[in-house]
Amino acid sequence: MRVAEAWRVALDALRANRMRSLLTMLGVIIGVASVVILVAIGTGTKQQVEQQVEGLGSNLLLVVPGKIEVGTAPVVSPLDLKDVDAVSRVVGDPGRVAVTVASGATARAGNRSDFTTVQGVLETTPSVFTRSLSRGRYLTGADVDTSRRVAVLGASVARTLFPERDPLGQQVTLAGVRFRVIGVFAPLGQSLGVDRDDEVHVPVTAAQRLWGTQRIDGIAVKAPDRERIDQLGERIVAELSRRHPDTEFSAVTQQQILGVLGDILGVLTGVLAAIAGISLLVGGVGVSNIMLVSVRERTREIGLRKAVGARPRDIGVQFLLEAVLLTSIGGLTGMALGVGTALLVDAFSPIPAAITWWSLALAFGVSAAVGIVFGVVPAQRAGRLDPVVALRAE
Amino acid sequence: MTVAAVEAVDVSRTYELDGVSVSALRGVSLTIDQGEYVAVIGPSGSGKSTLMHLLGGLDRPTGGRLVIGGRDVASLTAPELATLRNETIGFVFQAFHLLARTSAVDNVALPLVYRGVGARQRRERAAAMLGRVGLGHRLHHRPNQLSGGEQQRVAIARALVTEPAVLLADEPTGNLDSATGEAVLELLERLNAESGVALVMVTHDQEVAARAHRRIAVRDGLIRSDTRHDRPGSAGSGAPATLDPAPSAEPRSASGSGPGHPPGGSGGAAGATGRLPRTGAGGAG
Repeated sequence: MRVAEAWRVALDALRANRMRSLLTMLGVIIGVASVVILVAIGTGTKQQVEQQVEGLGSNLLLVVPGKIEVGTAPVVSPLDLKDVDAVSRVVGDPGRVAVTVASGATARAGNRSDFTTVQGVLETTPSVFTRSLSRGRYLTGADVDTSRRVAVLGASVARTLFPERDPLGQQVTLAGVRFRVIGVFAPLGQSLGVDRDDEVHVPVTAAQRLWGTQRIDGIAVKAPDRERIDQLGERIVAELSRRHPDTEFSAVTQQQILGVLGDILGVLTGVLAAIAGISLLVGGVGVSNIMLVSVRERTREIGLRKAVGARPRDIGVQFLLEAVLLTSIGGLTGMALGVGTALLVDAFSPIPAAITWWSLALAFGVSAAVGIVFGVVPAQRAGRLDPVVALRAE
Repeated sequence: MTVAAVEAVDVSRTYELDGVSVSALRGVSLTIDQGEYVAVIGPSGSGKSTLMHLLGGLDRPTGGRLVIGGRDVASLTAPELATLRNETIGFVFQAFHLLARTSAVDNVALPLVYRGVGARQRRERAAAMLGRVGLGHRLHHRPNQLSGGEQQRVAIARALVTEPAVLLADEPTGNLDSATGEAVLELLERLNAESGVALVMVTHDQEVAARAHRRIAVRDGLIRSDTRHDRPGSAGSGAPATLDPAPSAEPRSASGSGPGHPPGGSGGAAGATGRLPRTGAGGAG
């Protein structure tokens, strides 16, 4: 009964000061909405990155010279094709080993040109990474062995150089050397901020000849199963370290990449949420302020209620409910606004956003908690008012 | 002899104001019996409002013993005292103290909320009480839709809806013109006679005080006189008691109302009923 009355009075108080209630709620609305939106963007980005890393292929092991750590300088690779053979022996299946030596180059066809990444690769690439062709064929072992000047174009390169013609069988000039187009990749889109359709694959031997080098940049291995992937990585690193004692090598799995990226994105999401949380806190201070005003305005009412038998608790609960109602309504509105905006962002901008239940629960819980925390002091003040003094208030 | 509704023994009340002790009441003893009709009179700053707050359990004495409804106030916690007020006391204030935006019937039902009465029963009892004060046709009017006299009658209904032992009225006619004030007084007297609720009325209007069966004059924090007399006109002696020294207090009141209480501040109908300028709710200390 008493609680029902407290609800009624709290609602009535909010209705009686509609504009003020709305403005007070606005702080909470903005705070909750920004928490929801920013967490959604953080979560969406993380999910996208995970999908992209998973999309590279399964059970991948990437072997590169140098340490894979944030902030370390890239190392000039000492690896060459003999090292690849050694790695193949360790793996036991050359078909599971892919390599790359990559460099930027201008691709020309007729009067069109496109600055792209030329990758020298082995014929094993499509079976190690997840790649498929939309037209033609991929490189063969014979192409690699004979350094044949053939190329497989990424979807966007093909579109740029041959907008109206079938690229198959056409000539492209890479860094001044003519190659014949034998295949075109199916579109892949962006991955980790890189346009994966903007590349050209040529035999690694042809690429090395093109740039006058023996080096390769890195080796990728498709492990037979997930369980022994770390062990395999250690053996490959050991073999390479034996061959190149002066260089450190790293073998990383997709899980490790995901772990590092996940950590970075997690921190980023946390920082964004914290910034949004600050605005929620400011909203809470606004609620506290308005509640103090409300208590002052209604001092006589408090005195009267006490005179007719309201206990300090009854008065306190009434004002606490008013504060919680303010922030809860604000919290729900903010959630709706946040979810709506996040969905719009996801649909109409390149930024991914994913709504998670925990972020909604958190935002609402926090807003209700803000109401309690910032409502307690005004409510206690109201509950403790001396009825004699309160009745005499102007 | 029935048990006393309120009993005060050597009750004092001292306020601390900026480190200075101010004695509003300096040892007051009195007993209010059930069904009595008592007028408490005294000039502003005499301590009569303080006395009223104490008798109603709104305040606690700093000395002496105060028993309301058979319970010693000193032994009660704040919530217990609130419950005691709810059960035993009804208040009528000079300024009505109705909740704006709340209908007459809900205003009257308010004390029942804190008693834990269900909504439906609350409304029924409140409506019945409004009928008794002649406002059966104004149940759903808000205070700003009612005249001053009607508002005070709503306040009286609110005070009596809990069937208290004591009705404390602090200058109940202070904000009303003389005709309306007279009607409110008659209503209070009728309810006092009908329901047996003790009526304790604080006033500084001699004419109003003269109607009571018992007059307690307060000055300088002490009871100066406490006289009983029969219902006016019902016995031979009839006339109001003359032992009362209150008349001598009047000039004091006119010239020396307490600080912060300018004479005539309430804008009441001072000229209509009395010779006294009305003050605010009455200075306590």
